[in-house]
Amino acid sequence: MSVTSASAEVATAALAGEGLDEHGIRYKLLHTWRGRFGIGVLGLFLFLAVFGSLIAPDDPNASSLDVLASPSFAHPLGTTEQGADVFSQLLVGARVSIVVGFAAAFISAVLGSTVGLVGGYFGGWTDRLLDGLENWFLVIPTLPLMIVLARLLDPSLGVLIVVIGFTSWAGTGRIVRAQVFTLRERAFVERARALGAKDSYIIRTHILPNTMPLIFANTVLIVAVAILSEAALAFLGLGDPTRISWGTMLENAFNSGAPSAGAWWYVIPPGLCITLLVLAVSLLGYLFEEHVNPRLREANA
Amino acid sequence: MSGRWLAGKAGAAMLTLIFVIIFNFFLFRVMGDPTTQLARLPNSSPEEIEKLRADYGIDKPLSGQFLDYAGDTVRLDFGVSQRSREEVWDEMKAALPWTLLLVGTGTVLATLIGSWMGVIAATRRGKKTDDSLLGFSLLTYAAPEYWIGIILILVFAVAAPILPAGQQVTPGVEFSSWISEALSVAEHMILPVTAMTLMLLGQYFLIMRSSMVDVLTEDFITVKRAIGLSHEQVIRRHAVPNALLPLVTLSAIQFGAVVGGAITIETVFSWPGLGELSFNAINDKDFPVLAGTFLVFSAGVILANLAADILYFFLDPRVQAR
Repeated sequence: MSVTSASAEVATAALAGEGLDEHGIRYKLLHTWRGRFGIGVLGLFLFLAVFGSLIAPDDPNASSLDVLASPSFAHPLGTTEQGADVFSQLLVGARVSIVVGFAAAFISAVLGSTVGLVGGYFGGWTDRLLDGLENWFLVIPTLPLMIVLARLLDPSLGVLIVVIGFTSWAGTGRIVRAQVFTLRERAFVERARALGAKDSYIIRTHILPNTMPLIFANTVLIVAVAILSEAALAFLGLGDPTRISWGTMLENAFNSGAPSAGAWWYVIPPGLCITLLVLAVSLLGYLFEEHVNPRLREANA
Repeated sequence: MSGRWLAGKAGAAMLTLIFVIIFNFFLFRVMGDPTTQLARLPNSSPEEIEKLRADYGIDKPLSGQFLDYAGDTVRLDFGVSQRSREEVWDEMKAALPWTLLLVGTGTVLATLIGSWMGVIAATRRGKKTDDSLLGFSLLTYAAPEYWIGIILILVFAVAAPILPAGQQVTPGVEFSSWISEALSVAEHMILPVTAMTLMLLGQYFLIMRSSMVDVLTEDFITVKRAIGLSHEQVIRRHAVPNALLPLVTLSAIQFGAVVGGAITIETVFSWPGLGELSFNAINDKDFPVLAGTFLVFSAGVILANLAADILYFFLDPRVQAR
């Protein structure tokens, strides 16, 4: 027993690349520009999500007569159409993107992996039904679906999280299902089944642990999608009306005619923050994805 | 055999569409009873609400209501816009060509430019050109398309006012001929189409790049090189045609994104298409229009997917042999 498990451990370690410095995930995160950029930018925005409202120099909801003023010493990024400080709004706005992005991706991961696990493991009619559901969600255009749901439920932070999570799980489901299909036939699962293990036990101890890395990598990528979705919904007027987010900033800037007034200081920063955060999260997601899927490592080398 | 394959695909598309109608029914008739929305209007008495319920057929049992709803949908009767009091289908019919024009031009340009970039990156794999093209495509993915649109307005319509910032033609102008009108439309299209193209470019680039990378490692390419064909000939005549196939199937996953882009980009540029129609419906809580546009968007994506399947069928002999 000890010999086989030891060699299996070596094999998995080599597959995961732990022994090899250049392929190790820690090396990739800390020593490649992609990893460093991803961690640095995500770290900065996570910090702002927690402390943004404390370090904001001004009240982000303040209004003054100093409307759409260009950057000055008092307002490093100028003012909004209400005369509020753009820089302060930017710092406070990080929270909504981070919270919605991560919470919606979590819901999506739970839904997607449950559907994928159940369908892939049990097969037959259960799988056909769940696969049909997955296909439906994959084909239906996501933004219109989110718009319809958010409008009917009246947008709040919770509604946005649920709506985005509920509409973005199908891709995860598809990937998990494919992985479970191959795992189901593997010797160690057959062995457990032959020894009389229950389905729930096999799923918990054999299937899920071997699918987890894949789910994790995929979920990081979903975080990026969820952040973009929240911003788009907010831009279209479906953000949480009680909170400042980068999407609502763009909405207010656009509706107040900031672009035609040439107020670049109001228009550029929120979009830039969204872009940087999505870029950082996506780069980290690709790193994890390459790590769990060696075929991609080859293709992108 | 092959006919059955096509029929299966068409049947699946129909089924998906039927589920959209069922979904729409539950969303807008059961979850969002239209009379409760209308009842929010001031001056609506209980008698009026009762009459509305009868008009909408909401006093009937659920199954009867669904049959009514499905029948109306098939007859393209989506009700009346709560905002303009016009038939929703008439409004959508007027908006549809503008959306198709914007989305079609953007898709064609993105496919051409994206796959051209993909070929260049694949043949220079791992070099500086490849890296910068990859970085560029990632950037266009991360940047919200409506933000890109606003920046385009800021630069080309405000800072250097050389292009119109919105709408499809200059308002209030009498055109002497259809040519001058078409030219005006073309001029108004430049910025929204640029935003749309930039948004879609990255995906086509990535697909073409990885497809080319795959093809370039295949044996027949090595053989073509060995028999003395030039690099240019190998790429153009043999690698690119074979790499195009995945572009067809994988571009199907783009259609959903295209619809999303139509909504946000049309909003930014006041482009009078379905996207702007649904944006106005969001703010006015105009549920009949919202339901109608959702159905048309879904149907469009489902049909585009089916078209991609059919195209793939005719392009790939392996499918026909099955």
